[in-house]
Amino acid sequence: MKDTAMTLSTLLSQLPSALRKLDPRHLWRSPVMFIVWIGSMMTTVIAITDPSVFAWVVAMWLWLTVIFGNLAEAVAEGRGKAQAASLRAARTDVTARRINAAGVEESVAGTQLRKGDRVVVEAGETIPGDGDVVEGVASVDESAITGESAPVIREAGGDRSAVTGGTKVLSDRIVVQITSAPGETFIDRMIALIEGATRRKTPNEIALSILLVSLTIVFLLAVVTLRPMADYAGAPQSTLVLVALLVCLIPTTIGALLSAIGIAGMDRLVRVNVLAMSGRAVEAAGDVSTLLLDKTGTITYGNRRASEFVPAEGVTADQLRDAARLSSLADQTPEGRSIVELALAEGADDSDLPVGAESVEFTAQTRMSGVDFADGRTVRKGAGSSVAAWVGREMDPGVRMSIDAIAGNGGTPLVVAESDANGSKVLGVVHLKDVVKEGMVERFAELRRMGIRTVMITGDNPLTAASIAKEAGVDDFLAEATPEDKMRLIHKEQEGGRLVAMTGDGTNDAPALAAADVGVAMNSGTSAAKEAGNMVDLDSDPTKLIDIVEIGKQLLITRGALTTFSIANDVAKYFAIIPAMFLVAYPSLDSLNIMQLATPKSAIVSAVIFNALIIVALIPLALRGVKFRAASAESVLRRNILVYGLGGVIAPFVGIKLIDLVVSTIPGIG
Amino acid sequence: MSDTTAGLLTIAALVILLASVYVPFGDYMARVFTNPKHWGVEKRVYRLLGVNPDAEQTARSYTYSVLGFSLVSVVALFAILIGQQALPFDRDLPGMPWDMGLNTAISFVTNTNWQSYGGESTLGFSAQMGGLAVQNFLSAAVGIAVAVALIRGFVRSRSGELGNFWVDLVRGTLRILLPVAFIGAILLISQGVIQNFADHTVQTINGGSQVIPGGPVASQESIKELGTNGGGFFNANSAHPFENPSPFSNLLEMFLILLIPISLTRMLGTMVGSRKQGLSILGAMTFLIAASVTITTWAEASARSQAGKLAGAAMEGKETQFGEWASALWAVLTTGTSTGAVNSMHDSFTPTGGGTVLVNMMLGEVSPGGVGAGIYGILIMAILTVFIAGLMVGRTPEILGKKIGTKEMTYVALYVLSVPALILIGVGTAIALNSTPDAMANPGGHGFSEVVYAFTSAANNNGSAFAGITVTSTFFQIALALAMLLGRFIPIVLVLTLAGSLAKQGKVPATAGTLPTHTPLFAGLLVGVILLITGLTFFPALALGPLAEALS
Repeated sequence: MKDTAMTLSTLLSQLPSALRKLDPRHLWRSPVMFIVWIGSMMTTVIAITDPSVFAWVVAMWLWLTVIFGNLAEAVAEGRGKAQAASLRAARTDVTARRINAAGVEESVAGTQLRKGDRVVVEAGETIPGDGDVVEGVASVDESAITGESAPVIREAGGDRSAVTGGTKVLSDRIVVQITSAPGETFIDRMIALIEGATRRKTPNEIALSILLVSLTIVFLLAVVTLRPMADYAGAPQSTLVLVALLVCLIPTTIGALLSAIGIAGMDRLVRVNVLAMSGRAVEAAGDVSTLLLDKTGTITYGNRRASEFVPAEGVTADQLRDAARLSSLADQTPEGRSIVELALAEGADDSDLPVGAESVEFTAQTRMSGVDFADGRTVRKGAGSSVAAWVGREMDPGVRMSIDAIAGNGGTPLVVAESDANGSKVLGVVHLKDVVKEGMVERFAELRRMGIRTVMITGDNPLTAASIAKEAGVDDFLAEATPEDKMRLIHKEQEGGRLVAMTGDGTNDAPALAAADVGVAMNSGTSAAKEAGNMVDLDSDPTKLIDIVEIGKQLLITRGALTTFSIANDVAKYFAIIPAMFLVAYPSLDSLNIMQLATPKSAIVSAVIFNALIIVALIPLALRGVKFRAASAESVLRRNILVYGLGGVIAPFVGIKLIDLVVSTIPGIG
Repeated sequence: MSDTTAGLLTIAALVILLASVYVPFGDYMARVFTNPKHWGVEKRVYRLLGVNPDAEQTARSYTYSVLGFSLVSVVALFAILIGQQALPFDRDLPGMPWDMGLNTAISFVTNTNWQSYGGESTLGFSAQMGGLAVQNFLSAAVGIAVAVALIRGFVRSRSGELGNFWVDLVRGTLRILLPVAFIGAILLISQGVIQNFADHTVQTINGGSQVIPGGPVASQESIKELGTNGGGFFNANSAHPFENPSPFSNLLEMFLILLIPISLTRMLGTMVGSRKQGLSILGAMTFLIAASVTITTWAEASARSQAGKLAGAAMEGKETQFGEWASALWAVLTTGTSTGAVNSMHDSFTPTGGGTVLVNMMLGEVSPGGVGAGIYGILIMAILTVFIAGLMVGRTPEILGKKIGTKEMTYVALYVLSVPALILIGVGTAIALNSTPDAMANPGGHGFSEVVYAFTSAANNNGSAFAGITVTSTFFQIALALAMLLGRFIPIVLVLTLAGSLAKQGKVPATAGTLPTHTPLFAGLLVGVILLITGLTFFPALALGPLAEALS
């Protein structure tokens, strides 16, 4: 899935499918290209009935114009096909162990599963379909869809219950209730989306198509009525020349690239592991003016960094510090590493675990990690309730107070306890603090320049929320937020005409995800959330919302830039063709031939060739997208107008002249 | 005073006059269309018409009212024109033939005022005053009403109602057009424009007698310019000394031509709550006018060698009292505003000058365009600009808080398509007919320009003629009447439908990511789009007409 440079070979490899797309039933979807197709047919008939080098060259290049347009679409689709193929591999037929009404397991083909069926999946087996875990906990390898090799925990109940068909259970045993019919699973939908099979024109694409069609009609009229005008002027024009003029004038560049731009936009999202359920959602992303961002995991690392050791009564600070350090040495989570760092900073020895000591990893069942020493002493750290259960008695009031104080400040208290021959006791609490992610401040500033308001959503109390909001530089925050608060906020923003984007993973996020204009569900979330959103982030990284907005904007900018370029191109084409057509009747028009093209025929052929080649030349840009810079609308516009507007006027003058230098050497034309 | 000094002074005086009334008059018009109170006389008119002035109309209902009212106007005017001998003050003139009557009725109701007849030799005073002058007021008021409805489409949120056509029509006539036209007429009379009900017979020097046609000229002249109508009382239009006797009357008439189209941009800014929006639109219009004035004046004033100057080279077809500068300025204003009144014959302009005034109309009458039609025309172009440019800032396009979606784009695309289609089809058909070359006064490129000019003028509801061409054949009468009718009402229907769809939308608040439409950059872009679309549509036709002629 690397961004491969567009090479000649990628183009050539898609040639067969470009030729297949010459079917008029396919071309009908793009009226501009359909007109070119009709023009190609007409010129071919003319070339056959009244052969000349000129006629054949024009006919050939008109066909090439259509093929190049198809090629753009084929290449865009081709990039998705490779990924779709690897997904298909994950969908290979599996046998499911269904629990029938009598509660007995039976083997059925995965394709026979229906909604509501319950299946058993054990370590090493592939999950036969989308569903929710209703029993058990398991670690699941979801690399088939996310590309991420680290396994994830899926458990019954809560917000991590959804599993995807085609992923693999690595440990334990779970019972899954199937939630989608075969052929409609997440992977099936992904494949369809990536291949563009279910692609529909988006509202903006339709609006743009309407503009292109109306321009095409204007040019059609201009060219058709040119015939009697030319006759009157005593310079009758052949159908061949008029068709060539028409094809040069109608917006073929954008007409040919429009669908490729849309497919490539979806594809760019897929490349950052986001699946948009519709092109409409991608467009909406460009329009978003309010971003609702969950604090934890998006703006901050979560409660991940140790900032303070708070010892319990009768425990020295050093005791707690060293115990916490030893229990975290093997812990490679950010929390664990930060504890070690803090301990060292506070003067702990940088020593390894003593011989015979064994580290105990965090599991979904125990919810604690720690270390067991050879002498029987054990240390555990974890959430208050888990540790209390491990110690076997209520927490001391002193420790209780520390825990509450830390939690009240928006931090996370991590309780450390030890157990040896003398019994178990709580050593103290590690204060894990929220830290704003690196680079977030700059990104929010960028978003502000783009005119996007950021609102931080958090369950923290208003005081904590305000301090983090200030540190991160968000525009606003919603503290102690309940799902209902979120909905209210979304409705309030939307009533003011703003488009809202948000992320969510829980079932209680589902209504808000559905209400938001861009709702990005985390892949790790529940199927209800995934169903409600219009995008799914396979990496479950809420920060990506910002990338999604940029990709949406980039898609629209690319469309606008190429439309401008396409229309601006016409100026030069007129200057090439009109003097060529009427040079005989009005020799004075030669002063319009500012490119000094060799002959009338070479002028027309050069314009036609330029018109075709510019499509190929712009395929990489259409696929890659116009570079997006976060800046105010005015400065983005100024830059793009200069590059694509003015550039669009100048480029064809140069291009046509260069082509003319070559073409004019062909006998029969030059 | 040299011709150049006089010309520059005229331009300066015109700019100062317009600048001094821009704010108060624009704001006055905004108040006229937003004030809930009715005048007593207006209430009586509403009772007479049987309408409830406080009821709001949907886009559909507003459109039906415009179309219904205009249909009744055409029928009434047609009846007056073909049956004028039954009316008093008919000067013993017969009724118009049916095709000329139809052409003229449509012409005046569509605010085109194309004249295929000579006023003084064809029409009696009743038909002029009770028929044509009435339509001069009403067709102008209809144009303003449609513009106001479109602006309300931008202003209103989630409503779909565009105001009340009858109220807009009556207020536009009674509160704006009548008072200003009255003052204008008085000032014109002070300059010597005639206002009477009789022709005069005079003894000529060599003993013969000559009838000098008279009539209620000042009253019609004033609204002719103010309503950007342009239909002259006399065949020579504003080149006739009874219509335009002095440099001051010439200045006053140009001022009247520009007053409403220019001030409507202020009204727009005031009504949408963004004065800068009005200014940016005005900026775009001003640039187009200024460029056109510069080119035309340069072409006309420089088109003579020293020897040619002595022989009066470029003065053919121009009034000697105005000279080349004032003729060129007037020509640009009259074609840029869809007025079509002339104080010189455009056929006699240099190819470049004549071509420029032709392009002025091809721009779609937006520089600054006819009363109402100019502002709604340029707003449509602004939407088109926003659509293309808006995408380039990475958002689906919006203007004044309204999204330009599929529906809106359909109406805009059809609008942009309709008038050029009428012109191209009209010219193409006319030029393919064998009879057409006989109607032309000149052969070659110039004759071709005459045909292009006729259809461009009709479809854009301008009404000025390139002269030269004879348009009294039934083909031209009907074809041009159709061009005027469709060129007026297809755009109006589209504008009102668009307005309805805009009014139904909510408002999107502007952010730093929104394409600003009130800046010089946007005004420049708007000019670029207007020129590009016009150029691409008409380049072949222009190349075969004025361009071929100018370059040889």
